[in-house]
Amino acid sequence: MAPGTTTMTNGINGDTILKVEHLSMKFGGLMAINDLSLEARRGEITALIGPNGAGKTTVFNCITGFYKPTMGMLTLQRRDGKEYLLERLRDFEIPKLAGVARTFQNIRLFSGLTVLENLLVAQHNALMKASGYTILGLLGLPAYRRAVDASIEKAKYWLDKADLTDRADDPAGDLPYGAQRRLEIARAMCTNPELLCLDEPAAGLNPRESAALNTLLHQIRDEGVSILLIEHDMSVVMEISDHVVVLEYGQKISDGSPDHVKNDPRVIAAYLGVEDDEVEEVIAEELDGGQR
Amino acid sequence: MTASTETGHPNVLAKAVREGLFAGVIAFFMFLLFVGIETYQDINNTLVWRTRWGLLAVFVAVAAVGRFLTVGFIKPHIDRRKLAKAKSGVLEISENKSFFHRHFLKIALIFLVLYPFLSLMIVGKQGSLKYVDNFGIQILIYVMLAWGLNIVVGLAGLLDLGYVAFYAVGAYSYALLSSYFGFSFWLLLPMSGILAALWGIILGFPVLRLRGDYLAIVTLAFGEIIRLVLINWTDVTKGTFGISGIAKASFFGIWSFDSGTTNNFVKAWGLSASSVYYKVFLFYVILALCMLTAYVTIRLRRMPIGRAWEALREDEIACRSLGINTVTTKLTAFATGAMFGGFAGAFFATRQGFVSPESFVFLESAVILAIVVLGGMGSLTGIAIAAVVMVGGTEVLREMAFLKVVFGPDFTPELYRMLLFGLAMIIVMLFKPRGFVGSREPTAFLKERKAVSGSFTKEGHG
Repeated sequence: MAPGTTTMTNGINGDTILKVEHLSMKFGGLMAINDLSLEARRGEITALIGPNGAGKTTVFNCITGFYKPTMGMLTLQRRDGKEYLLERLRDFEIPKLAGVARTFQNIRLFSGLTVLENLLVAQHNALMKASGYTILGLLGLPAYRRAVDASIEKAKYWLDKADLTDRADDPAGDLPYGAQRRLEIARAMCTNPELLCLDEPAAGLNPRESAALNTLLHQIRDEGVSILLIEHDMSVVMEISDHVVVLEYGQKISDGSPDHVKNDPRVIAAYLGVEDDEVEEVIAEELDGGQR
Repeated sequence: MTASTETGHPNVLAKAVREGLFAGVIAFFMFLLFVGIETYQDINNTLVWRTRWGLLAVFVAVAAVGRFLTVGFIKPHIDRRKLAKAKSGVLEISENKSFFHRHFLKIALIFLVLYPFLSLMIVGKQGSLKYVDNFGIQILIYVMLAWGLNIVVGLAGLLDLGYVAFYAVGAYSYALLSSYFGFSFWLLLPMSGILAALWGIILGFPVLRLRGDYLAIVTLAFGEIIRLVLINWTDVTKGTFGISGIAKASFFGIWSFDSGTTNNFVKAWGLSASSVYYKVFLFYVILALCMLTAYVTIRLRRMPIGRAWEALREDEIACRSLGINTVTTKLTAFATGAMFGGFAGAFFATRQGFVSPESFVFLESAVILAIVVLGGMGSLTGIAIAAVVMVGGTEVLREMAFLKVVFGPDFTPELYRMLLFGLAMIIVMLFKPRGFVGSREPTAFLKERKAVSGSFTKEGHG
């Protein structure tokens, strides 16, 4: 059995893809995440929002294996029912075995490779297997050729979705910013993920690019891939997400549908910066029905 | 604008005079101690010094006049040409390359295959010993080493300063196994490669967590450790004396090149005795090894593993986020690079007939790395050109006896090899900061294969 695999069901029901339980992450004396629990449901877009420094990216780095959490359990359930404990997997095994792909806040493309090559590198594991770990591929067996053709077809499919077909043979570093964002998402999708983690995908996009991004994310969700995203742009969050989790100082302060979260007085307080003792007042006002 | 670009304009001339004088002053102080003063030993073996003001004056004058001419005449001339070109609106991108440019690789390959015969025809048997051995074989060994290192440095972006260690492993594998057990070259050639690859992995495991400068330092240390082991493990390696009398390679076991054997190549073909046949044979062996290296590199680049190497050079974190095991990817790069170093080492041992730790000093690693960097990291053609320039240049320097007429009878041109090296590096880096071939060929394309400009590729960071 691969490390991190469990066969017993850990209280996860079929429609939950990721369950984070009692996650804590400490950097020296700083508690970046403090006892955080959340769930992401299959086939939904879950947004993780919160003020700067709330620990959103740290949560992402724990889920995708770039940090080892100090405490807590991260369970991912794949479609076939297999469960993986993400905190026990090595970073490269999380995309490979558990099917979790991610993008980065500051875009990390292979800028010297062409757009097409970027998408082919993402299919590394499938192609390695097809090439018999290079040895059979060096002989040029037909099975490997078919796998290569299939990988190019897949790359074309995502190039088309991300509206990058015209730039396929250009170096990735040569693309404009918005196209680089879309390429990073397309590249992540080429790893065949079940959960796609996007770290601020709309940052720095103009309204038109932002709208195109929303369409792309909806298409991805309609293919059955669940999405977890960090976002600052509230228009994006409110428009596309099915479920919103709000963090502040490493703790969850609200969890629910976009409408619920939008009207949660603690969220408003966190975003507008109300003093702690005023929070009670805000809540009291809310109870009086004094909504804006 | 026009005033400043006009030649002979007082402003430009004044500036040229000023900069010329300035360059002269700098040159004076720079060369004052190096050139102006000479130390030598007199009859009593004491160190005394004398001055060489005349030579110093020549150096200063060259610097000052050179700067004056550059600023006053050459630069305005270039600027005016550029301006004229920009005005006429002709871009320098031309789609039609010359015949030579398009078929460069084919022409080069045909030339290489015919090279021994051409030299035999032109300078005869005795004369072509030098051209086949000192130029042909020597350059091709470095081409192969540089192509091997290119996999590690150019593709995977791992800075390896101890590459010569794998060359040494290959050479000593052949030397020891052939002299202790009498195995033939053709059996030991693949074995040397495998042993070198094994050492590549052994080195790789502990150090691949390191990145950038730290990796460079540890690989440097590894190269030195191998050399020190070879020096001090005298029971096996005979230390600094080295191993001599290493067996020659045979013609695939059919003919031998050792004189006095029954199946001697020269006797079998009824030729007059000469060592040139063996050299020509070796030339084709190393040429075939080089072609093998190039073929494997080109094929691997188009395989998933080769793409993963290049992706690793571009961004290691992104690689891991895509499920690529960076440790095995780095190890395969190290092992593959080391294997070709091992092949080259075994060939070197059989060609020299003698190996000693002296051949595997750090300078060799530096030379091979310099060839890779000068050629343009990742480009096989560029690296081959760089090897011809650097190694061939050194050999050419040996031939320049006429320099003795200029610099005096005790001038030994090959001592200035490093000066040539440095000069070539500076010139190439000034005009071609990405090496001779700065662009990268994509490994896959949808519509058209467009070279990727060097400004997008990264050098790797560990």
